[in-house]
Amino acid sequence: MPEKTYLEAICEALHQEREADENVFVIGEDVGEFGGAFKATAGLFEKFGRKRVIDTPMAEWGFLGLANGAAMLGLRPVVEIQFADFISTGFDPIVQCAATTHYRWGAAIPIVVRAPWGGGANAGPFHSQCPEAWFVHTPGLKVVIPSNPYDAKGLLTASIRDPNPVVFFEPKYLYRRQRAEVPDESYTVEIGQAEVVREGDAVSIITYGAMVDEAIAACESLAEEGVDAELIDLRTLAPLDKETVLASIERTGRAVIVHEATRTGGVGAEIAAILAEEAFELLDAPLVRVTAPDTPVPYSPPLEKAFRPNSESIREAVLRSAAY
Amino acid sequence: MPFLDSHRTRSLSEMRPDPPLSDEKRLEILYWMRLTRALDLRCETLFKQGKIPGTIFSQIGHEAIAVGSSIVLEDGDVIAPMHRDLGAYLVRGMTPGRVFAQALAREGAPSRGRDVNTHGLGDLSLDIIGYVSHLPQSMALALGAGFALRYKDTDRVAMTYFGDGSFSEGGAHEALNLAAVLDAPVVFLLENNQFAYSTPLRYQSRLAEFAKRAEGYGMPGVTVDGCDVEAVHAATSEAVARARAGEGPTLIECVAMRMRGHAIHDPADYVPPELLEEWEKRDPIRGFEEKLRETGALDEATSGAIDERIREELDAAVEWAENSPLPDPADLTRRLFA
Repeated sequence: MPEKTYLEAICEALHQEREADENVFVIGEDVGEFGGAFKATAGLFEKFGRKRVIDTPMAEWGFLGLANGAAMLGLRPVVEIQFADFISTGFDPIVQCAATTHYRWGAAIPIVVRAPWGGGANAGPFHSQCPEAWFVHTPGLKVVIPSNPYDAKGLLTASIRDPNPVVFFEPKYLYRRQRAEVPDESYTVEIGQAEVVREGDAVSIITYGAMVDEAIAACESLAEEGVDAELIDLRTLAPLDKETVLASIERTGRAVIVHEATRTGGVGAEIAAILAEEAFELLDAPLVRVTAPDTPVPYSPPLEKAFRPNSESIREAVLRSAAY
Repeated sequence: MPFLDSHRTRSLSEMRPDPPLSDEKRLEILYWMRLTRALDLRCETLFKQGKIPGTIFSQIGHEAIAVGSSIVLEDGDVIAPMHRDLGAYLVRGMTPGRVFAQALAREGAPSRGRDVNTHGLGDLSLDIIGYVSHLPQSMALALGAGFALRYKDTDRVAMTYFGDGSFSEGGAHEALNLAAVLDAPVVFLLENNQFAYSTPLRYQSRLAEFAKRAEGYGMPGVTVDGCDVEAVHAATSEAVARARAGEGPTLIECVAMRMRGHAIHDPADYVPPELLEEWEKRDPIRGFEEKLRETGALDEATSGAIDERIREELDAAVEWAENSPLPDPADLTRRLFA
């Protein structure tokens, strides 16, 4: 099977879904001839033209609203937000319109909002954010964050075909760092399905996005120390695959919840609440969260390194949990 | 010439002369305007009877805008009205019974009791896009609808409504600019009704005529008397024809007055009484009736017959809505996703 980068996997899904469905179009800033700030839409303009690859002025609110209206009439917009940080400028169309409309009066809004997400690249407070909690807290949205090229292609394909609004975050740290086997042909990975990346019986590490790689490194190091950790990649944050998480806690009785986003009100807090409510009797140790602190994402390398969880902070947390 | 033409960027009426409306069409317009007013007043009665659990938004004073514009549209054209455009919903096929059911929070409403009054009063089978309270979302939704209609290689168009209040939102700028850049087949109807909730125009903008902003977007803009249904009709006809012909969007400012408070709880005592008296003299329905009488298109018998028809329709509609069940709490979390 050919190896592809995360970015190539995304780009391939965009090409193939456009070929499969003439109602699929791409819209966003610099996505046309330029191919996108990260080149995720490279080659689309040449193949599909201006009708289906729409360059816009800087107007996230406007083109997200446009996408909602077009989706109501049966089109399948794939919107690129240049950096996930800027999604706040288009907040209303996503959380007030796309998320609520089917519930309010029955119109489906099948849009996908793609956004390069997360830090690790010394890009500073406005090009490194992880805003997923805002959307997980909004009923009516699906929130997807793939951690590897295979899932990226399969989940993006599934998101484009989904009749509901999907916010699709892509850990840009992984765009060119990861290379993995990805089938040439089109396929889907089911939305709402977590993956057990590594089985173990000592502690469950529950994470998603770029932290999966950090957790894999932590697991390898822990194995050398005789601690056999289990690793869950959530892949989708809404709807959350509670069953896979609870089944893992049944095996291990201990949980370390890891995310790159800041701590308070984060997805980790929700997972901790679910475990406290539904797995209290199974827990042998206090829940541990490994997250960024409650600050903006700092720029300077030593500051961002201290801000962002990594394999070492995950390893320490797992040892603390295991030792309790 | 119906237009107030002090600042048109391009002369709409010179571009396409509007044929005069037939008496039959004018009586149809009168019917829709009276139906709109009567339905609105019935909602006030239902509210005072304690039958409406939330609130209602009166559109009195906006009948000429909503009816005169929406009646121009054809099958397959899409409309994205707001909460003062009851007439547009009715003209496009929303039945009075479903409007009452929406206010009464019943299952028979388009939102099945999930949304309030003219919010979420959408039905895509009627090409009506429901309204989002976060103004002016409807502008962007209509833009998207227009984009989709062009994407599908049709000559259909989209029309939307927004107020002087929402014209201060950044989204209005984004939607108008995008529509112009994309040559989208959209007609933007600005309902300048003097107040954004309690805030008068003088605290909203230094411009006396909002349609002047159209020039900044590179699209035609025109201000019309929003109490003159034939002026609204003429301007809209030309804007729709432009959009259908692939000539892009148009901004039409319709100047009128919100004759009630923001919502029914609001006595609007911030509005000077003499201002209301002045606008009362320009009542869009009465003014149109006088014109029809002068030309002989309307006599007492016809007028009475229209009223009688409306009374019967609304009686039946209220009864239908009151017989529609309240939603079942067991369905509370259903239909969140498609």
